[in-house]
Amino acid sequence: MAEKKTIKKVVETPDNRLEVLKTYKMYMGGKFPRTESGRYYKPLNEQGKALANMCLGSRKDVRNAVVAARAAFSGWSGKTAYNRAQILYRIAEMLETRKAQFIEELMQQGSSKKQANAEVLASIEAMVYYAGWADKYQQVFSGVNPVSGSYFNFSVYEPTGVVSVIAPENSSLLGLVSVIASTIVGGNTAVVLASENKPLCSITFAEVLATSDVPGGVVNVITGKLKELAEYMASHMDVNAIVYARADKKIEDQIESLSVKNLKRVHNFFVSDWMREAHLSPYRIIDLQEVKTTWHPIEVIGASGSGY
Amino acid sequence: MTQPHEALNFATVKIKNISIDQTAVVEKAARFQKRSIKKESKVWGLKLALNMIDLTTLEGKDTPAKVKQMCYKAQHLHDAYPDLPTVAAVCVYPSMVGFAKNEVKGTNIKVASVSTAFPAGQAPMSVKLDDTKFAVDQGADEIDMVISRGKFLQGEYNYVYDEIAKIKEACGKARLKVILETGELGTFDKVRKASDIAIQAGADFIKTSTGKIKPAATMPVTLVMLEAIRDHYYATGKMVGMKPAGGISNAKLALQYLVMLNETLGADWMNNKWFRFGASSLANDVILQLEKQRSGVYGSKDYISID
Repeated sequence: MAEKKTIKKVVETPDNRLEVLKTYKMYMGGKFPRTESGRYYKPLNEQGKALANMCLGSRKDVRNAVVAARAAFSGWSGKTAYNRAQILYRIAEMLETRKAQFIEELMQQGSSKKQANAEVLASIEAMVYYAGWADKYQQVFSGVNPVSGSYFNFSVYEPTGVVSVIAPENSSLLGLVSVIASTIVGGNTAVVLASENKPLCSITFAEVLATSDVPGGVVNVITGKLKELAEYMASHMDVNAIVYARADKKIEDQIESLSVKNLKRVHNFFVSDWMREAHLSPYRIIDLQEVKTTWHPIEVIGASGSGY
Repeated sequence: MTQPHEALNFATVKIKNISIDQTAVVEKAARFQKRSIKKESKVWGLKLALNMIDLTTLEGKDTPAKVKQMCYKAQHLHDAYPDLPTVAAVCVYPSMVGFAKNEVKGTNIKVASVSTAFPAGQAPMSVKLDDTKFAVDQGADEIDMVISRGKFLQGEYNYVYDEIAKIKEACGKARLKVILETGELGTFDKVRKASDIAIQAGADFIKTSTGKIKPAATMPVTLVMLEAIRDHYYATGKMVGMKPAGGISNAKLALQYLVMLNETLGADWMNNKWFRFGASSLANDVILQLEKQRSGVYGSKDYISID
């Protein structure tokens, strides 16, 4: 019989261990591809330490993301409002289970533990808030219009289409969740450019989306530089609206002029402090909706002599 | 081309068994996908690809009006873009050939008809001949026949050979494309064998697929067929055309096929007399890319007619 050997613990963690820096990939069509360009950047924290390897997205990534968003549009907008509510609520549930990871990332990016905790809770709240609106905004904002003649005349809301979302630079998670939720709750699909300097939560949030019954392509997340990508997000003829949530006025002007070609709607959702200022509003859902008015002939109840 | 009356005796034609190195073919095909084609060359390639398309509708629900609409699209791919070429041909069922012929009158667009009990080909020889003759009588310029895959897989190569030769005879002046339906053949060796039989029996074109079976055209399978054409050309000096069909729905892939064609058969094949794409949605994607090159911004299918 072989001599019994004791197994030594050989793996020890030295104090000077080499840290494994995560490479965050992008999120497109339900998959996590690397950037087509093969470029990366290292966002730094306040102490100048590299946070991670992030993909430095290119115009072709924007193109691919728009294709994915367009392909997902009919399925997502065709779901019942009730079902979209369930799916958004599911995102909130999945956020809840990954609180710890988000808190850690926010702290890496410079938040205190208290701030980080508060921001994650507020993000879950935001998601639940918009989940609740999914099957309500239509009733609140649609209407029956008074017209002269025996017609019912309805105005109802329909999603605008594919939306370029330029997520806040100043809020890694809460601002991101808020602008994504208000975009997709009404049936739009989104191509999101994450915060350049605080991008960690965006891809972790994409991992949440990927495991929350959100069909692939409904939300696509690109990381990279706004200066490089704004032009392509704004000029793309297959993008129907842009949500801009950053402070840089010069780029906003550029986006507005490039959006003219196909008359994209451009909305500024900028908030300087996402924890303190109000940003949850059903009007943000309505901003990304189109009004359809329908005429429907009716019998004139009064003329027939009967009543209700 | 082998004369039909000679070709009817399979025993006199020797077709070697050529075995294909699958790994090498797949690797080689993948390498064609890594070429970088930019600017003027890209625009040239895209226009060429458009001009090689057989715009296709092969559905049970096809009507004369649907065919009419497709024939209009074939001639007016995207009028907003000046001097765009037309597609090469429209491809329809025999019952629609007469309508299609009428619609493309006076243009360079050919009418191709599938035949021989497309897509399964499970019908007696007499039916297949009648099917073909009907299409030709209706005015089809090209016939896309299917081989009897069942017979082929049973090893009845004579049957397959004779069948192609007889259909070729029935085609008269119409050019014959022989669909191997590679998705049902199983191996590259069999694809090569079927290609060789079709070429020997008188095919003017060999074609990968009906579009009704998956996988349809792939780059490796097309490469195997292109090499069969190449070897035939080296042996006899005679050219045979190639038509990958099904699954080629974007411009990038179409350009990669053209690279493969150019590097395997050469510039003589780079025109719609010798190469076609069987596709229904490729044209719009090519137009989208051409518009991108012209305007500098990414386009939307909202601005291109669907069909």
